[in-house]
Amino acid sequence: MRALTAAGWIKPALFLLCLVPAIDLAHGAWTNTLGVNPLETLTHSTGTWTLRFLLLTLLITPLIRIMKVPALLHYRRMLGLFAFFYASVHLGTYLWFDKFFDWQEIWLDIQDRLFITAGVTAFLLLVPLALTSTRRAQRALGNAWNRLHRLIYVATTAGILHYFWLVKADYLEPIIYASIFAALMLARIRKSSTVSMSGIS
Amino acid sequence: MLIRIPKHSDEKESAVTDPEIYRQRRVFMQQCAAGMAGLAGGLLVGGQAQAGLTLGAPRSSPYSTDEELTPIHAATHYNNFYELGYKKEDPSRNAAALITEPWTVEVEGYCENPGTYAVEDLVPMDQLEERIYRLRCVEAWSMVIPWVGVPLATALKKLRPTSQARYVAFQTILDPENLPGQRRDVLDWPYVEGLRIDEAMHPLTLLTVGMYGQVLPNQNGAPIRIIVPWKYGFKSIKSIVRIRFIEGQPPTAWNRAAPNEYGFYSNVNPEVNHPRWSQRRERRIGEFRKRQTLMLNGYAEEVAHLYSGMDLHKYF
Repeated sequence: MRALTAAGWIKPALFLLCLVPAIDLAHGAWTNTLGVNPLETLTHSTGTWTLRFLLLTLLITPLIRIMKVPALLHYRRMLGLFAFFYASVHLGTYLWFDKFFDWQEIWLDIQDRLFITAGVTAFLLLVPLALTSTRRAQRALGNAWNRLHRLIYVATTAGILHYFWLVKADYLEPIIYASIFAALMLARIRKSSTVSMSGIS
Repeated sequence: MLIRIPKHSDEKESAVTDPEIYRQRRVFMQQCAAGMAGLAGGLLVGGQAQAGLTLGAPRSSPYSTDEELTPIHAATHYNNFYELGYKKEDPSRNAAALITEPWTVEVEGYCENPGTYAVEDLVPMDQLEERIYRLRCVEAWSMVIPWVGVPLATALKKLRPTSQARYVAFQTILDPENLPGQRRDVLDWPYVEGLRIDEAMHPLTLLTVGMYGQVLPNQNGAPIRIIVPWKYGFKSIKSIVRIRFIEGQPPTAWNRAAPNEYGFYSNVNPEVNHPRWSQRRERRIGEFRKRQTLMLNGYAEEVAHLYSGMDLHKYF
């Protein structure tokens, strides 16, 4: 397993895999097969892929512990950057197709609509994480890097709230995302408490 | 006889009719000429109702817009009909789960002729009209759909509401065994809607049995629904099984789910801010740019007087 994950082809393969939803959407847009309201499909789909990639990013740490494969850490940055990529496209579809860059209207939207407020907050929180994702930034920031990157918890919370507040009546999907997020957070809390207990003993 | 006076809200007759629709209209004309109107109208009677059947030769109406029609595929595959599923593509996929035969409408409350009615008792098939209306969803998208029906007033007059009837309440079918959307409490089933009696009697309000010249597809609210074109789409309740004449304002499904978002009136109004969607603009399905939303969905000249003196921000 360890030999496999170390293999050089995994990273490019994972990169292409992460691009599949984007390629699929681009192909659908090109062939006009994104349904009756293709612009809405683009916005919704990039939004859900953002949440999925955030959760995949958060999955790495517990997975390393459970499967005892520290090499997985090599792929976390890519997953996180793909979350940022899909978030950027998602925001872009809103700014362009929904608001046609009418900044006054966008500002009103951010103030008036709680789900937009949450979504924009989530995106803004991801920006510093993407900017400091390089190895150099990581080294330069030292311990502060770890603390800074805990913002992903806040960003994901805001992203899931964004989904909750957008939905009209069927909360099933936001509940699923929230449950997975809760499980991933619980795995962290359990871990830190066992660590501190073993530290005491 | 109504004389058509072009209104401010009407669009220019520059939109070219979809060739497929044009062809369909030719078919109606031919059927009319061949004297088949009665036969085709009869297709709805006696348990023969079936989506896709052509509905005789509905008369055209001065209330119709001449804007370009939304393609029939879009109007039948992008639906909010939670009884058949919560996503836009669900209702067309689950359409067969709505059982429309047998179908009766219970009429109750303050009227002289309460009772159980068949669809064709309420909708005289020889008086069908085609009404091409703008449909504005509260979710900020819109379509242009040729509905087929009769003014709701035609049916209500037959039922003879008494002076105590100040509101009309409608109820959609409740059938959780078959309707997949009713198996979860996403809304408080059955779906209910209501109109003030003057709104219900307004000539624009259509008791609808068809669209695009055909019997209503299940996902569009077969076999009988209303269309209230100046209100957000959810007011135009589908698959009606009960009509009640009542004195007080009836509860309505979306208002019960989120009273701060969906008012009883829910008139299309670009000035009234909604917590989810800015109502200033809308996307006409099939278009890239958004359009300005018109006051009362462009029907202000016809219906604004119903609300004179009312604060539309309060009675949203």
